[in-house]
Amino acid sequence: MPVIEARNLELTFQTNDGPVHALKDVNLSIEKGDFVSFIGPSGCGKTTFLRCMAALEHPTGGEITVNGVSPEQARQARAYGYVFQAAGLYPWRTIAGNIKLPLEIMGFSKEEQEKRVKDVLQLVDLEGFGGKYPWQLSGGMQQRASIARALGFDADILLMDEPFGALDEIVRDHLNEQLLALWARTEKTIGFVTHSIPEAVYLSTRIVVMSPRPGRITDVIESPLPKERPLEIRDTPEFIEIAHRVREGLRAGHLDE
Amino acid sequence: MMRTFWAVLVVVAAIVLFWYAAAVPMNIKTALTQAEREGAVISPEGAAARRDMSAIALSLANPAQWGDTLVQDKPRLPTPDQVAVELWQTSGAMVLKGRAFSKRSLLFHGWVTLSATLLGFGIGTVLGILLAVGIVHSRVMDMSVMPWAIVSQTIPIIALAPMIIVVLYSVGVQGIIPKAIISAYLSFFPVVVGMVKGLRSPDSMQLDLLRTYNASTSQGFWKLRLPSSLPYLFASLKVAIAASLVGAIVGELPTGAVSGLGARLLAGSYYGQTIQIWSALFAAAILAALLVGILGMIERLLLRRMGVVA
Repeated sequence: MPVIEARNLELTFQTNDGPVHALKDVNLSIEKGDFVSFIGPSGCGKTTFLRCMAALEHPTGGEITVNGVSPEQARQARAYGYVFQAAGLYPWRTIAGNIKLPLEIMGFSKEEQEKRVKDVLQLVDLEGFGGKYPWQLSGGMQQRASIARALGFDADILLMDEPFGALDEIVRDHLNEQLLALWARTEKTIGFVTHSIPEAVYLSTRIVVMSPRPGRITDVIESPLPKERPLEIRDTPEFIEIAHRVREGLRAGHLDE
Repeated sequence: MMRTFWAVLVVVAAIVLFWYAAAVPMNIKTALTQAEREGAVISPEGAAARRDMSAIALSLANPAQWGDTLVQDKPRLPTPDQVAVELWQTSGAMVLKGRAFSKRSLLFHGWVTLSATLLGFGIGTVLGILLAVGIVHSRVMDMSVMPWAIVSQTIPIIALAPMIIVVLYSVGVQGIIPKAIISAYLSFFPVVVGMVKGLRSPDSMQLDLLRTYNASTSQGFWKLRLPSSLPYLFASLKVAIAASLVGAIVGELPTGAVSGLGARLLAGSYYGQTIQIWSALFAAAILAALLVGILGMIERLLLRRMGVVA
């Protein structure tokens, strides 16, 4: 059974300038353990698609299931953690306090909260920073803390909306490497929105290329790269070949207009 | 630091100097009349001739009488030292004599006004927060309460205060409560406005994040909205406490109250005791500054405890 499945998914926003087709006829199934990137120019619906999976948007047509049930039911079953572009940590809480936020809301016991905070801080390489406040951390560390917050309640699915989009390239490379390691260790299913071709190719097992007006999927590329990926893999012919195909896909989407 | 200190000192000195300079023309006419009666030569001669002349022209024509303008018993504009002496004699000096809470003491009157202010501030703050919570969570309240809250502040309090006092008196409520209610009437509004803004300050991303946790409305309130609103709340509280003080003083005016800073203002104006009026005004200003200062300290402590570098 696919973890996430979309069939003929459609989402139309009614605006003053008439209807906007954010998503049209989107079909995709994501298997357990996949790392799927969504790439495309702005307005292609990649973020909207991710938000549909998280029940933050409601499709106007078609069907989407998460773990075989509706996104709302999946949310109630704590099926996914969501990471936004900004870390969005509460400035009045310490890093540990921020990671506890979802745990408190979901009603974990105090001891359980402490234990989980410790575990996820280790997972994102932030041991010893639990007592710090967000302003004491760099942007990259804050984003890692926000990933830890999404991991704390053991969701099998991690949905990430341009999580490293606001960071500089060096930090980004480092975080990409760490994210892959984390993915390998936890075997989560990850949906990852990005507008960087190298990032998408480096991270993903599958790359979903989307194009705008109406937002739709134009190509789905299976990556032949091995699961083990050092940063240097980005200079190999295979990597460049896939990046080329993604670029072609993006261009083709544009030519349709 | 030192440079700012001197700059502030220069500004204060300039204000005091301007005040003294203003006292001369403000008090010159009575000073000239008095001096003439005592045999001094004044130009022009005769109070009738001087009646329609400008005070500044008279001052320039009679520099010898400037000194007399600064030491009158009932001047139009008392000088800073007169006000300061009166303030000291009705506060510090009374304390030294062990009569800090006698009827002539500004501390006594200040306390009467302060108690009504604090009670009114408390009522206004609680009411303001409750209204803001309702407005943020209910569209009906947003559309029905907010316009009335705004309208309520367009009515001059000086017109409303006597009615509130009369109505409450007729149902047997008097003393501190009517003053506190007028005080609350003025102070709830800034709290509502600031608190609504503060409770709505979390951006859509933060609200979405809570939705992905399946958080309830009350969890969202306690964990996100309320903490986010605190900086806004404190800004409002500073405005509200000053308004509360004004409300309490205004509440003392129409009843002919015998105690409170408002009563001092009223008595001073009945008997032309301008120095008493000014010292009561300054007592009110000092009280307001202290209250706002205390709120500022609480704000800094609280926000630091919350890890916000203010």
